Amino acid sequence: MSKSLRNVLIPILAVILGLIVGAIIMLISGYSPILGYTALWNGIFGDLYTIGETIRQITPYLLAGLAVAFAFKTGLFNIGVEGQLIVGWFAAAYVGFSFELPMYLHIPLAILAAGLAGGLWAFVPGILKARLGVNEVVVTIMMNYIALHITNALIRAIAGKDTSERIHETASLRNTFFEEITDYSRLHNGIFLALIAVVVIWFILEKTTLGFELKAVGFNQDASKYAGMNVKKNIVISMVISGFLAGLAGATEALGTFEYVSTKGGMTGIGFDGIAVAILGANNPLGVIFGATLFGALKYGSLNMPNEAGIPEEMVSIIIAIIIFFVACGFIFQLFLDKLSKKKEVK
Amino acid sequence: MKKSILSILSLLLVLGFVLVGCGKKEDDKQGASNNEGANNDAISIAMVTDTGGVDDKSFNQLAWEGLKAYGEENGLEKGDGGYDYLQSNTDADYVPNLNSLVRRDFDLIVATGFMLAEPIAEIADQKKDAKFVIIDSEVQKDNVASVMFKEQEASFLAGVAAALQTKTKKLGFVGGMESDVIERFETGFRAGVASVDPSIEVMINYTGSFGSPELGKAAANQMYTAGADIIFHASGGTGNGVFTEAVERKTADPNADVWVIGVDSDQYHLGKVNDDTNITLTSALKRIDVAINDVIKLTKEGNFPGGNTTTLGLAEDGVGLAETGGNLTAETLATVNEWKEKIVNGDLTVPGTYEELKSFEEQ
Amino acid sequence: MEHVIEMLNIRKVFGNFVANDNITLQVKKGEIHALLGENGAGKSTLMNVLFGLYQPDGGEIRVKGKSVNITDPNVANDLGIGMVHQHFMLVDNFTVTENIILGSEPTKRGSIDIKTASEEIARISKNYGLDVDPYAVISDISVGMQQRVEILKTLYRGAEILIFDEPTATLTPQEITELIQIMKRLIEEGKSIILITHKLKEIMEVADRVTVIRRGKGIGTVNVSETNPTELASLMVGRDVEFTTEKRQSNPKEEVFRISDLLVKDYRGVEKIKGLNLSIRRGEILGIAGVDGNGQTELIEAITGLRKVESGSITLNNKDITNLRPRKITESGIGHIPQDRHKHGLVLNYSVGENVALQSYYHAPYSKAGVLNYKVIYEKAREIISQYDVRTQSEYELARALSGGNQQKVIIGREVERNPDLLIAAQPTRGLDVGAIEFIHKRLIEQRDNGKAVLLISFELDEILNVSDRIAVIFEGEIIDIVDAKHTSEQELGLLMAGQKLTKDSTVQSLQKEGE
Repeated sequence: MSKSLRNVLIPILAVILGLIVGAIIMLISGYSPILGYTALWNGIFGDLYTIGETIRQITPYLLAGLAVAFAFKTGLFNIGVEGQLIVGWFAAAYVGFSFELPMYLHIPLAILAAGLAGGLWAFVPGILKARLGVNEVVVTIMMNYIALHITNALIRAIAGKDTSERIHETASLRNTFFEEITDYSRLHNGIFLALIAVVVIWFILEKTTLGFELKAVGFNQDASKYAGMNVKKNIVISMVISGFLAGLAGATEALGTFEYVSTKGGMTGIGFDGIAVAILGANNPLGVIFGATLFGALKYGSLNMPNEAGIPEEMVSIIIAIIIFFVACGFIFQLFLDKLSKKKEVK
Repeated sequence: MKKSILSILSLLLVLGFVLVGCGKKEDDKQGASNNEGANNDAISIAMVTDTGGVDDKSFNQLAWEGLKAYGEENGLEKGDGGYDYLQSNTDADYVPNLNSLVRRDFDLIVATGFMLAEPIAEIADQKKDAKFVIIDSEVQKDNVASVMFKEQEASFLAGVAAALQTKTKKLGFVGGMESDVIERFETGFRAGVASVDPSIEVMINYTGSFGSPELGKAAANQMYTAGADIIFHASGGTGNGVFTEAVERKTADPNADVWVIGVDSDQYHLGKVNDDTNITLTSALKRIDVAINDVIKLTKEGNFPGGNTTTLGLAEDGVGLAETGGNLTAETLATVNEWKEKIVNGDLTVPGTYEELKSFEEQ
Repeated sequence: MEHVIEMLNIRKVFGNFVANDNITLQVKKGEIHALLGENGAGKSTLMNVLFGLYQPDGGEIRVKGKSVNITDPNVANDLGIGMVHQHFMLVDNFTVTENIILGSEPTKRGSIDIKTASEEIARISKNYGLDVDPYAVISDISVGMQQRVEILKTLYRGAEILIFDEPTATLTPQEITELIQIMKRLIEEGKSIILITHKLKEIMEVADRVTVIRRGKGIGTVNVSETNPTELASLMVGRDVEFTTEKRQSNPKEEVFRISDLLVKDYRGVEKIKGLNLSIRRGEILGIAGVDGNGQTELIEAITGLRKVESGSITLNNKDITNLRPRKITESGIGHIPQDRHKHGLVLNYSVGENVALQSYYHAPYSKAGVLNYKVIYEKAREIISQYDVRTQSEYELARALSGGNQQKVIIGREVERNPDLLIAAQPTRGLDVGAIEFIHKRLIEQRDNGKAVLLISFELDEILNVSDRIAVIFEGEIIDIVDAKHTSEQELGLLMAGQKLTKDSTVQSLQKEGE
């Protein structure tokens, strides 16, 4: 079996197997898998509205997944994407509603503010790791809580209530053309931002000296040091870029999907899902497109399962988790296929 | 490696096109078979929860129970043309959930929680024929009816009752996220306490969450240990932890003086220690079910209160104090009723913000 | 004569690559049979076939005359075949006994019977003169001892035929001598041994017969008594090999590199280099001899900027490079072939081409304005691959996939091509076979002949004597003497390395040095 064929086959096999197991669970619990999956299908591709919303859902996943994947590539585990996203969201919204600027300045400024806020949030664990060797996992987790509660307090202090005012139209990523063709879905220009980010990050990692250094440090710190690279500097840069991407994910929420920022009772979950997206995408920028698409489509489409097929929320969560689980376990199929071809070889 | 990625991508692309094509066909079919159950006498009604979920033992659950009760009374079934709910897992789900319900042609769509105010405002502009009800927030649109409660009035009475029955002269207040609604609960409670005895100390703790019982338990532990004997919680699911802590203390030491005042619904059942003992002193009721039924009635009569804000207080029986179990003494009840009279008559305005509380205390 | 093991016409193919092509190996009872071949010749594949880790694609295996089908290592164990792996498979915080019984724990009323097992192990140990304490914890005992535990493990499981995979690679000279005695003892007790190695000296010393394989093909089997190292080497490599690298008389010019009163501490703050002085001239190779742990690592790290210099100075071309950043030092004209090529020399997950660019990716022509020019990088890689005879499928192959010798050639190519004034080579031939060693030595001498300075650090006296022009002996962080390579001997160096200065000859020489 050729390698490329196998690489395509494995995720497909995994999805199919996940669907089958999900179907069995639905059957056992007395729900129709056909109705359930029709609802899932309609929830993702049902009409232009749902397609628009599906893409809208994929947008922040792309950026969050990219943030995690970038850090992974350079040997760092950034669990703080969640917090970086939250501060980015706040920063973009703040610039969006408190400044009055022409559009060509306002949008870039708001996006930049979000990226810088996320980058700053990631700089802290980065510098701690580089200077003092503090484990970035612990720090980033804690930074998530700090981000959540600080932004909640800031929103209440600035807006005086739980939801900020809406951003000015000059800062909005919404696109009237999209709204018209997708029956008022919230699909917005953020998807372009995300796709550009994918290309830029791919370029940085694969084509630039910066990416060369970052990956080298990720693979082998000692050899990088021997080759004269500044390992500490690279750790910080890597974290900051990762945080910048996470901040951009926040910007797409602030300037596109919501157009405001409101206090939150808990994490948004996008940052954590970003870890799964990155793993599904094999930490490859282009692979992240696959991971985010799968994740975003399932997440959004599954909303329609209780709606159209009357399947309880909890069961839907289980089914979606199983599908993702099987895809993430792609290596099991890899082993299976390996064994199959090995047996043939022996005979 | 590169090759394989390319092939995955192209496969996805192809899949995408195929799927979009199919999707369109589906859409046509759907459009034809969308109007069912419209010629029923009773109106169909559905709700979208906030991220607390439908089983939060509090706000969302109360609303859903109201919907269910209405549906069952009128012989409706769960689903299209009857009654239903959609749960929101994240803030991003509000808009699509509201949209789904609009598409399913429910006569009335209820959104519980201030978090849904912005999404409702957005959808209301796009779907001018649909009728929405927002609870706990105000949305100025012709097709949105806003329902607010004077939570401060119920919690004022709770404060009076707590002040009368405390032995340690120390009380506790556990809040969820800081927000306007919880601010009303807190200020009303403190005003009630101060009206009876300004020297009573009220410890305040905001847990920052409506869904973290462990934080509620920790907060209650702290307050009881510091000498409080009655804790009022306005924190949704977080409050379940407050009850757990109190019940544990009472189980360990039957003579312990620990009480909890519940919120939103009558939370008497949460305070059960054993068949003879219950540590729920009372609950500050918020009759979301009543409010929803009112709107339904008006809508049936053709008077959907779109664009209006209905604020329900003690006078309208929209809020109140639960008396289940008889843990409030007769004297307490009498005093509480005196205060209630004053509020209903308009002799007393209960403060609903920190600023109002400040001027109230100065008086 | 009875054969205990017969591997007849064994063939093993991986994809398009023929790892074993029609190899025949016949081991007689009670002999030490060496299996000789370059790195990557197919020795390990053949042994893994015998041990049941791979299934052969052709040929037949017979054990004691009976044709067998070894499907997994358990079958091999049952047939009395035991393997002493190059990388020990021991649990560090278990005792010797626990490690040996692991996987086949004897039980007594449901609990593991450590006592009986320990007694049995002690008995075997005594029988073969292994001198292993059954109750010692693995992490507390030396590498040589750990290897004996591996040997014990196979004996405990009743092995009759022992496979030793490169057993001397990680041992000290003393331990090697002891191992050789153990192997001879095993033969006396009736065991048979297959010894995988590429070290000719060991074969000459212990083996009875030797089977040579080259690039997957069996070349033949010869009696050790009827051959000599030169013949074996040419059989293995496929051409004549010179052991002593021919070199012209050195022609040193002006001094290019000097270390004065260098003081360096290790990570614990212990002084490892204590006032060291050294100078190297253009066109000479200075060898540093010494027992491992006398400050060699710290010295290299201090020169290359990886470790802080406490006091003293290092100058290159009369410019002070003390405590500069590693990149500045590299740029000022120092090349470095690190001791640990996997850890320090290469990014194993990078392609050969990317590794070639590892030191110079950031400047033209390899990159421009921060964007890499992969065309140039891979062109350079192809150049190095052909010039330095790197055997790799292509320049896009991951460095991980190359054999040790070829990895080392990539590093040497990279460093030499940068044209440094001083080339530091630390243990440049460790673990390599004679062909690769010869190649690398030639390259070092070529550098010298081109008027560069070379600093060679090695624990192998042969190498030091063979390649260096002058030899500095390092002992406890100081250079205790510098001798002329042509006028010294292994014995003299051995004494110096042990810290014993001032024999008659060396007294005169060192006095001369001081007078310089």
